[in-house]
Formats: sequence, C-alpha cells, structure tokens
Amino acid sequence: MTTTPEKTGVDLVTVTIDGIQISVPKDTLVIRAAEQVGVQIPRFCDHPLLEPVGACRQCLVDIPDAGNGRGFPKPQASCTLPVAEGMVVNTQATSPVADKAQQGIMEFLLINHPLDCPVCDKGGECPLQNQAMSNGRGETRFEGVKRTYPKPINISAQVLLDRERCVLCARCTRFSEQVAGDPFIALIERGALQQVGIYENEPFESYFSGNTIQICPVGALTSADYRFRARPFDLVSSPSVAEHDACGSAIRVDHRRGKVVRRLAANDPEVNEEWITDKDRFAFHYATQPERLTYPQVRDEDGTLRPASWPEAFAVAARGLRAAGASAVLTGGRVTAEDAYAYSKFARVALGTNDIDFRARPLSAEETSFLAAEVVLTNPVTYADLETAKTVVLAGLEPEDEAGMIFLRLRKASKSARPGGGTRVVSIAPYTSRGLAKMSGHLVRTAPGAEAAAIEGLVEHAEFGLDSTAVILVGERLATVPGALSAAAGLARRTGARLAWVPRRAGDRGAIETGCLPNLLPGGRPVVDAAARVDAATAWGVDNLPETAGRDADAIVAALVSGELGGLVIGGVDPDDTSDPAATRAAIEAASFVVALELRETEVTRAADVVFPVAPVIDKAGMFVTWEGRPRTFEAILSSPSSLPDLRILAGIAEELAQLGQGRPLGFRTVAEAQREMSDIGPWDGARASLEGVETGRPPSSSTEGTFALATWKQLVDNGSLQVGDKAYLATGRAPVARLSRAVYDALGATVTLTGDRGSVTIAAEPADLDDDVVWVPANSFGNGVLADLASPGSRVTVKGAEA
Amino acid sequence: MTADMGTLTPVLTDNWADDRAWTLAAYEARGGYQALDKAFGMDPAAVIEEVKESGLRGRGGAGFPTGMKWGFIPQDNPKPKYLVVNADESEPGTCKDIPLMMASPHTLVEGVIISSYAIRANTAFIYIRGEVLHVVRRVQRAVQEAYLAGHLGKDIHGSGFDLDVVVHAGAGAYICGEETALLEGLEGRRGQPRLRPPFPAVAGLYSSPTVINNVESIASVPSIIEHGHAWFASMGTEKSKGYGIFSLSGHVQRPGQYEAPLGITLRTLIDLAGGIREGHELKFWTPGGSSTPILTAEHLDVPLDFEGVGAAGSMLGTRALQIFDDTTCVVRAVLRWTEFYKHESCGKCTPCREGTWWLVQVLAGLEKGEGAESDLDLLLDQCDNIMGRSFCALADGAVSPISSSIKYFRDEYVAHLTHGGCPFDHAASTVFAPAGATA
Repeated sequence: MTTTPEKTGVDLVTVTIDGIQISVPKDTLVIRAAEQVGVQIPRFCDHPLLEPVGACRQCLVDIPDAGNGRGFPKPQASCTLPVAEGMVVNTQATSPVADKAQQGIMEFLLINHPLDCPVCDKGGECPLQNQAMSNGRGETRFEGVKRTYPKPINISAQVLLDRERCVLCARCTRFSEQVAGDPFIALIERGALQQVGIYENEPFESYFSGNTIQICPVGALTSADYRFRARPFDLVSSPSVAEHDACGSAIRVDHRRGKVVRRLAANDPEVNEEWITDKDRFAFHYATQPERLTYPQVRDEDGTLRPASWPEAFAVAARGLRAAGASAVLTGGRVTAEDAYAYSKFARVALGTNDIDFRARPLSAEETSFLAAEVVLTNPVTYADLETAKTVVLAGLEPEDEAGMIFLRLRKASKSARPGGGTRVVSIAPYTSRGLAKMSGHLVRTAPGAEAAAIEGLVEHAEFGLDSTAVILVGERLATVPGALSAAAGLARRTGARLAWVPRRAGDRGAIETGCLPNLLPGGRPVVDAAARVDAATAWGVDNLPETAGRDADAIVAALVSGELGGLVIGGVDPDDTSDPAATRAAIEAASFVVALELRETEVTRAADVVFPVAPVIDKAGMFVTWEGRPRTFEAILSSPSSLPDLRILAGIAEELAQLGQGRPLGFRTVAEAQREMSDIGPWDGARASLEGVETGRPPSSSTEGTFALATWKQLVDNGSLQVGDKAYLATGRAPVARLSRAVYDALGATVTLTGDRGSVTIAAEPADLDDDVVWVPANSFGNGVLADLASPGSRVTVKGAEA
Repeated sequence: MTADMGTLTPVLTDNWADDRAWTLAAYEARGGYQALDKAFGMDPAAVIEEVKESGLRGRGGAGFPTGMKWGFIPQDNPKPKYLVVNADESEPGTCKDIPLMMASPHTLVEGVIISSYAIRANTAFIYIRGEVLHVVRRVQRAVQEAYLAGHLGKDIHGSGFDLDVVVHAGAGAYICGEETALLEGLEGRRGQPRLRPPFPAVAGLYSSPTVINNVESIASVPSIIEHGHAWFASMGTEKSKGYGIFSLSGHVQRPGQYEAPLGITLRTLIDLAGGIREGHELKFWTPGGSSTPILTAEHLDVPLDFEGVGAAGSMLGTRALQIFDDTTCVVRAVLRWTEFYKHESCGKCTPCREGTWWLVQVLAGLEKGEGAESDLDLLLDQCDNIMGRSFCALADGAVSPISSSIKYFRDEYVAHLTHGGCPFDHAASTVFAPAGATA
C-alpha cells in the first residue's frame, strides 16, 4: 500500500522477456522489468536508488527486437536500457549470446580480483562471489599477474578500502555524490589502476558513509568496527528499528554468541529506503559498556548503594515513594511506547499525579499545549509527502544533524527531475548549514528568538509564499521561542500547508501518544476534559484520575527544590540535557526519595535511593513512533536476565505500592500485555485540546552592545551518551567550531572564547553567513555541553578573540 | 611531382608550403576568410543545407554525415548551442589534424566561424591534444589574430553574428578523443565517456545542444561554401564524397600527408610516396590507424572510401595508413598497440579495463615464444568477449589489430612458439636499419 507518487496513473509498456510478456511502467529499465518475470540478471554497478551508469557491463542481454522491429547487433547493458513497446529481451536464461557475454565479463572481473574469499569479510554474502558461481566459469583461464596494492587504506577513520578487491562499480562514489551529497570520494587514476580515492584536504566526513560499505558488491569497503570480527554465515540477523532519532529507520541487527557485531540498513521504501545514518549503524556499543547496570541497588543505612534482589528493590522503592509523599515522573525521551505507557499509567494510578514529562530538554508551556492540540494522534505528513510537496519549510530543525532520513528524503526531493522542478526547501535558521546547501535550500536568516516573526513573515513572503502544497516541519527547539509554535500552527491554518513536529529522540512521539505529559492521558485524552478522564479511568478500573493538569519537567524540578514534591521516579535523563542542569541536579539532591531506572551508571543513579537496571532496546520488544506518527514495532533480539524493561519495573513497584494501600497495580507485566491494554484503550475520539496560543514574542533586543545571541543544536555525531564505545565512528564526526559572521570572524580570528552566564569555552571559529550578533556552537560537542557549560540557547553571550 | 597533380587534390593542404602559411597575412593573401562573407550572406539553415548537399562525412573516423549532425541541433531549445572541435588527435598512426593546425590554423578557424554560424552557436571550443603544445600555441595565436582582425568577437564582419572561440588543451588521455569523454574533460571532469542518450546534440557540453566535429571536417567547410556543394561532391565516390588527407607513415620512401579524393587506392598512394622501402615488400597496413583491422598486400586495390574499406573487413577510420614491410614482426606490432590501449583504457567499464590488462599478458608471452597454440584461441575468445561489450568504442579498437592479425598471420604467431621467441631481427624494421637488411 505504498503511496509513492511514481506508481499512480503511469503509462504501461508491454515487453517480452525470455518469452514471457509483461507490462511495466514506461521508462522501467530492462534489468528491473526482468525481475518482474523472475529473472535475476547479474549486476554490480546497478543500484535502484542510484543513477544508471552502465560501467560494469555484467548485465548484458540480447535484444533481438528493440520494439521497432530491429534488434541490437551487440548485447546491451540492461541497467541503462529503458523498455520500449514491443521490445523482446533474451537474458542469460534463454540466450546463449547473453550468457556468454555475462560469463566473459565475469571472467574479466575476476582476473584482477584477489579471490581471497576465505579471509574476506564479504565472503558468504558477496554479490561477486555469488554471481561468479551463478554466472561465471568454474575455473579461470587467467594465468598472469594480478594488480596488487598495499592494503588496506583508510578512506575515513571508519571506512577502510582494500583496493585490489574493488570491481570499480562506482556505487560508493555515486552514493556519496548523488544521495548523501558528500562527494569526498571519487575514482582516480585510469585503466586497471583506477581506484577509489580521497582528496587529502577534504576528508570523507559524511554522516552516511556507512552506506557505502553496505552497498559495496565486493569486500573492498569494510568498517574499522566490523572488519575481521565475524563471518556472515555465523551471524543471526534480526530486523529492528533504529533508536537514535525519531526517523524510525528499519535496520538489521547481526549478532553472534549474544553480542551484536554490526547493524545494517534494512530496505523500507516508505521510511528510510535503503539508507541509515552512521549513528544508526555504528552507535550500538553503548549497551555493552562496563558501567552498564546489571542488578538492582538500594541505598543502605550507611548511605552507600548496595546490590539488592528485584523483590527487595521493588519493596524499598514502593516504601520510599509512599513515604516521600507527592511524587513526580521524568521518563526521558528514549523509552519505547510501551514503556512510556507504563510510566504514564504509573504516574496516574500508582502515584495519583499528572506530574509527568518526557522532555529532558528545554521546553515551554506553549509547547505542552501545542503537543496536545496539534501533534498527538495526528499524522499529517509522511516521507513520501516530502517528495511531492512543492515547498518544505524547516523551522528550528536541522535535518542532517537531527533527523537524517528527513535530510536524505528532502535532498532527493530537491534534486527530483519531476516536471515543475524538485521540492524547494526553505529553512528558518541562523545560517546556511552544509545540510541546507546540499538540499539547494533557501535560508531565511533568523537570529535565535526571532523565529516566530520569521514564520509569520512567510504568509505573505514575496519569494517563499506558501500554499496548501507546502509542508512545514518544526523542530523541538522551537519550544523555547515564545510564539513560534503558535505561529507555525497559525501559518498552517492560514495557508492550508501541512504541519509536522519533528522531535530528536526515538521515544518522544510515543511518549506523547501514551500521555507522558502533564496535560495528556494515553491516547491523546486531555487531562482537563472530564469525559476523557472518565474514559481512561474506566479503562484502568480506577474511580477517578487527578483532575488538573500536572507540572511540566521544569516545574517538577522547581517543586522538588522547593519541597512541594518529595519523590521522583526518573528514567533516562541526563541533567546536562535539561534547560537548567544545575537546577535539575539540585532537584535530585533535594528530593527526599529518588527511584532511578537506567541502563548505565550515571550521576543520577549515583544520587538515587533505588536503582533499577533497565533493558536496552536490543533486549526488549516494543514500538517507537516516528515524527510522522508512524508506529514502528520491533521484537527483542537478545535476552539478558540482568535487566528488565521499564514497564516490568514500574509494574513491580506499583504492585508493592498497592500492597501498601497506595494506588492500583498496573495490570500488566510484559510488553505484550501492555500492547494489548494500549490497543484496548485506543485513541481518544472526543474533542482535542485547543492550542493556548502565545503571541509572537518580541525578538530579543540586540541592545546589549557587543554580545551575541547564542544559536545551537546537537550535531549528529557528538558526545551523546548512546554514542560511546566506537572510536572510529566518533572520529568521523565534525570537529566542533563556533560559527560567526565573516566580519566578526575577521575581527576576532580563528580561535574564540565564548562566555555566558554558565561558563566559558574556547573553541575554533569558522565564518558563515550569520548575522553579526549571532554565534552558533554545537550543543553537545565539548565539555558537558552548551546548557551546562555556557548558557541557554537564545541567551546573550560574549565572544572574544582567544589570542587577544 | 607534376605526375601527381592529376591524382592529388590539394585543398586543405594547398597552402602548406607557402611562406609562413600559418599567419593571418599569408592566409588572407590567398583569399582566406572570404568564404565567411559568403556564408554570412546565407541563412544559417542554408549553410547547413549546403554542407548536407555536399555529402561531407565526418573525418574523425566514423564518417557520420556532417550536415545531418548539424541538423540534429534542436533550434527551439532555449539553451546556448556549442560547437566543439575535436582536435585530440591521438590515434596511433593518425597524423593529419596536427599538421593541418600547424601549417594552416586559419583554415580551421574560418571553418569554426562558418560552422558556428550555421548551428547558431556563439561559443566554440577547440579541444587540442595537450601533448602537442606547439600546436596549442599556434592555434591560440591564430585565434588571437582572428580576434584582432575582427573575424571573431562581436558583430563579425558586420553580420551581427557574435562568436567566441576557446582553445582548450587536453590533459593527456586518448579516451578524450571519444566525444562524450572530451565533453567531460572540457567541463573539468575526468575524461570518461558519458551514457548516451542523451546525445550531445540534445544535451552535450553543459547539458546544452552541442555539435562535435573533427578538425578536418570543420576545416573542409570553408571550401564547400566557397566552391559550392557540387564542386565538393564531384570528387570522391558515390557515398564517400570529397577529398581527404591520407597520412602515410612507416616503411614508405616519402611518408607524409597526401590529400586526395576518397576512393583512391593504397597502390596509388604508395606510388605517390615513392614506393615501399628499398628492397622490401608490403606486409600489412592499417587503413585508419591502429583501431582499424589490419589489411595486407591483397588489399592494395581496395578503394579507400567508407564502403570500400568496410567491404574489405576493416574501416576507413582516419585514413592513417601505417605501412609495414616484410621486416616487421606482426606479433610485436600488435603487442605494442595493445600496450597502448591498456595504458589508455579509462577504467570505466570492465571488458576494456580488465580485458586489455589480460590481452597484453597473453600477447607478451606469445612474443617471447611462451604459451601454446591454444592461446590464440584464448586471445580470440577474449576479443569476442570484449568486442561490442564495452561502454564505448575504444575497446573495439583495441581488439581489432589482434583478431585481424591472427586472421592473416596465424602462422607467424605459431612460428614464435616453434622458434622459442621472435624469429625477426627487430633492428631490420627500424629506419636506421642498414640498407638491404633482410628479414
């Protein structure tokens, strides 16, 4: 049930392939038409998502009739030849000419190939190996000298190249140029000495470099991470969903003897096509770090944490929470929808509160209202829609860093050769990022804080005026700009354009749908709506639910510090991600009782009274909801007795609390039981919450002479806690720099010191097309990150030349 | 030389012996740049028609009708049109464009202006093989002279027609003589052939409609305009009209460029060149450079036009007549050519890249007398697996000398094996060989 635009209302062309007549859409390549009749023509350079090139010549077929009654005198490459009405194609299955042509090419490909399959990582899953068996001769006639090279060479810190294995199909170079837009590898030299090369001054720094390894049809490209680690036939492969962003990329996880050894992109045309980011591919070692928690702990009488049994920990947590009085829940943004549902229900039925928030980042009441009014239960935009939209507006969103698959889809859309031209990308941002340039996007240069006005300005904008064919994508960063989300909703309403909210983390959207917000119950039921409350209470078998909207994360922090709240149940939250790291730390310190659910030991677990080890994504089944609102379910791949899903832990505590006379048990203990309950309770079909709009704030005045507005976002590869453990991967990240306007850069030099109200940082500078009083730095690429070490986004900082 | 005058038809080469023939003054003294005014007096479409009528076929080797190629340019395409002159003469044995540009560059420049006018291009490029720096300089100077004299630039001769000419030096790749690889090189990329369609006439240089012609084709245009299509068509044969430069090299007494009507025979040309080297006989020859299958003495009377040479199993190509006498080892000659193709293979497609790598190794073994007679069948099978399987025609050219030499000289290959090496005295085939050296 794909909605891909190419598949509707196209002209069909009828061809005969190996005697079988078939109708395929016009412009279909012969090699793909043949797949429709069940004939696989061997190929190397051909890839359905890359432009045809016709380089390897492996796919030669015989065309006795090109559709005009005349045949081609010589075999033709089926990967570059579109079908024509009445064309007759004979492949290797029926034509001795085609078969001999293919065997001849295969023999040539192998003369300079080392045939080192027994020690090659690709051996066992190698298109060259497989097709040499199916379409080549068993014994070589070549007795000469093969081309050899020193091996391997580094294309990047992560990607290694064994040149003598390369069949020069140019898939990697074409991917980098055509798909990722990072043409930092290219074919160099000529003849049999042609090889993939790099330019020393432009390193192969691409967020998508791992895809070149996966599409390499031989063992020429390998990753430093996986090289020599395993043989494909020893691996167990399982489908899963990437947990690093809200894109929901389909992946394949390969493990051996209880250990994940690599991850690959899976093919999902509706979501990630066949690509994933390097983060999705390489960042999986976080689950096997030494500080991984493997048993529950409780704080002993002497004040230290000691190991405890699960039942004891449940009991201690329940007693502590009961004694702490009013308690709140912070879930973090990485939980599965089932776990989020458990947190949501736990807060309401076990703790009797609406003080729950999934947002471990700067937020606002406007955003809380926006999520309930405009986001929950909606799915207005899909990836395919990005390809058909005339204009896509990005506000507070840098897709290449924050949502890689949106970036790739938008880049593809912007390069589309469809009539009327590709999708126009307009970005409301402080400067033209590399990602925006690669999408040939247009910048509406906007200082931090002025986004709301810029969004409003698009209604009547002379150049970028919007209509109902447009899509507006707003990022979570807009939360802190007063009026920006309201302006985006207003823009969508006035123009008819579709609006989608794009969070950064995989669990964010699922947490909204399951009610991990102070104003929402599961299924989008507004807390303040009595009917919705009754609906949820009935489903849960409780008499009533708290009637007023709860505290958001910032208010929870404040209430813990002031003592209004005593207990805290906290999931995967890093204080340095929150709007005020110091306040969050103080809140954890001030809380009378803290229950922490974590994967690894952190400062939060060290401060907690009870610590539960939670299962990483790989160890549990569940579901993420993408930014589109698309559910993405996955199964557990490994199992480890040393940790449990969040929902099982919360169920255990709730049961103990019920024993103590507080609240009710959750009523489920497993993911499957939670899923059943979630589908029983279903989405709310009553009235939605309305947006409590906020007037567009006045852009922050630049009167504070000599200071700069701080713009920031997280780069894809940075110091995030799920990225630890793979040095080669981290080395491919972009070096942190401060970006300044050319004039300021010229005045201050190549190294600058930024000083804000939370600290100071000295960092290399780079000029970009920013306003003169704006500075951009990556949010989590140095120290403890911008929020902890510098200032909050949008606030004013000073910038001085470091040498001065 | 009077005896030659009936046979030769010096048009392009007519002024080569003039004093400082390459200067604008010398060219204009013989009436140069007058055809230009005649062309400007015609409608561009009429110029195309004139060239069509003349029957001029591409002189770069393939022989595609020049006027028809010009007619393919979609004049309703709003993009600029370009003329590109292929002056990347690199084929072993071919030596006509380079002497033409050395001796009379203005003939080419005038042809460029008329041709650009016909296809309505306001920018033309002359892509010259980068290794011949002296030729690059000479053409640059000629273009400069033409600008200074008002033959190039804005409003040429008051016609309202503007033309800029860019002289571009290649970077040393045989493959850039292939027209789409040439375009890649001209755009600053690696010289590798492009996928067709789209053809250059629709989307060539900078994705704009582009005509690519050989130097000699373009240089022939002024004379066609000056004397009319009927004059041109009166020379040559029925389907291969006009004159052409035949470049003779190798074992003849007077190698050089002989301009004659198409259809002349090698026998006549060898006579004009003073015969085969003293005391020797013709053994084999290439009609159009090393990419065309070799021919032997039995083909001396084949008419050298597109059809005649084709019927003899080869191709007219660039009329690069390399003459080899009985002192030459055909295996050695073919090996040298094959080494050239291996060196010049661009690497894009498998059969050419890997095939030439392998062919050289098999041939080198045969030349040293290593291997077995079955290697000849292996060679022929390799040639079969390369011929017509590659991305462009370079690989077809690479296998031509091998398959044709085995066809005519199989015994000589075998002799290498039975002799345990090459039975020839290699010094005997050199120009410095003592007179009367024997095979």
